[in-house]
Amino acid sequence: MKGQIIVTDREGKVHELEAEEGYVLMEIIRDAGLPIEAACGGCAACATCHVYVDQEWITSLNLIEDDEESMLDQTFFLKKNSRLSCQIEYKNNLNGIKLTLAPE
Amino acid sequence: MQIQKTDVVIIGAGPVGLFAVFELGLLNMNTHLIDNLDKIGGQCSELYPEKPIYDIPSRLKISAQELVDDLYNQCKAFNPTIHLKQQAEKLERNKNNEWIITTSTGEEIIAKCIVIAAGAGSFVPRKLPLKNIEKYENISVFYSVRDKKIFKNKNILIAGGGDSALDWAIELSNISNVSIVHRRKEFRAAPDSVKKILELEKNNKIKFYYGNIDSLSGQNGKLDKVTIIHENKKFDIESDYLLPFFGLKMELGPIANWNLKLKDNLIEVDTEKFETSIPSIFSIGDINWYPGKLKLILSGFHEAALMSRECFKYCYPDKKLVFRYTTSSKEIHKKLGV
Repeated sequence: MKGQIIVTDREGKVHELEAEEGYVLMEIIRDAGLPIEAACGGCAACATCHVYVDQEWITSLNLIEDDEESMLDQTFFLKKNSRLSCQIEYKNNLNGIKLTLAPE
Repeated sequence: MQIQKTDVVIIGAGPVGLFAVFELGLLNMNTHLIDNLDKIGGQCSELYPEKPIYDIPSRLKISAQELVDDLYNQCKAFNPTIHLKQQAEKLERNKNNEWIITTSTGEEIIAKCIVIAAGAGSFVPRKLPLKNIEKYENISVFYSVRDKKIFKNKNILIAGGGDSALDWAIELSNISNVSIVHRRKEFRAAPDSVKKILELEKNNKIKFYYGNIDSLSGQNGKLDKVTIIHENKKFDIESDYLLPFFGLKMELGPIANWNLKLKDNLIEVDTEKFETSIPSIFSIGDINWYPGKLKLILSGFHEAALMSRECFKYCYPDKKLVFRYTTSSKEIHKKLGV
């Protein structure tokens, strides 16, 4: 089953991206050509795929693990809803999730 | 400073740069490596030394650091000269049509070929993305410590929760009034340092604040106070100096100004020689681009081998290149000391 994720870029433009289980959010955003650096390739080692997750979706997500938490330590513009998009796997229950790219 | 001379300068001492030392060495070329980190290994050693890699041919599983160690052991018979903690900055031609490469610490190396194996770029400190931050940088905001004497008896604010942040907090707490600001009271650092920090805090030798940096105020680059934001509340910390330690990020750096043909910040090469748009400058590993490029360490190894054959032509224009296997060549065995 294909679903979608809704991503607001840094200019405020909203993108509806096709999503499928088996991909992490960073990959979906990156492969759609949105400007997300993801320098380390998705192993929670660089913090360049930082996104804000819309409040209502926070509880649907997997919990933050140690690696992600310590990379968030190195992130600016941190908010309560900050996550690294490489650490969130897309599942069908996330169909329609709203994210905003954090400033670079 | 004495000018050094070599056959090939390799920019980037990650896995692909190290393997390039080996491949070039097999074909009798000397190498110098330049890397901005304080150690070899690139991303593998800096970002994920303990993470296992499963797609290195013949290795069922190898940690990134083990891979780097093995690659270094493999290439060290060729004695590469390694220049750490410096960036390749300037590239010029001399009268003999050789390259002169100047590093950020002023070292000059003359070489016939340049190989850019810079991965995702050069590691540089993550800077504070604040308005007017440039005004304060290198006057009262420092991303690394060169001369700790200037901090004596001053109010120092250290931001971050990793090893650098804690190490400097401990060190400077002997001579200055140190405060730490961090988003949580947990630290990703050596357990010993964490223990020491908590002790120092308990004994009022260090102050700890929860929060993130919001803004700076001061005059002529001299800091007066740092505004911290925590759970939507702002407060000020009087500070003479701010030391933000938010890890490292990767950027192409000065290479971007070398007039190489780029595609989306990657260096375009051909797939026969892995040469860039400028003859005798090559690019291998994650930093290059060609149709079908796969960013895998093993692609970089393949590219290193082919690149070396073309370098040979620049370094030994009058010699014929004989293809030899390492299994049977006596000459190679001698070089490897086996």
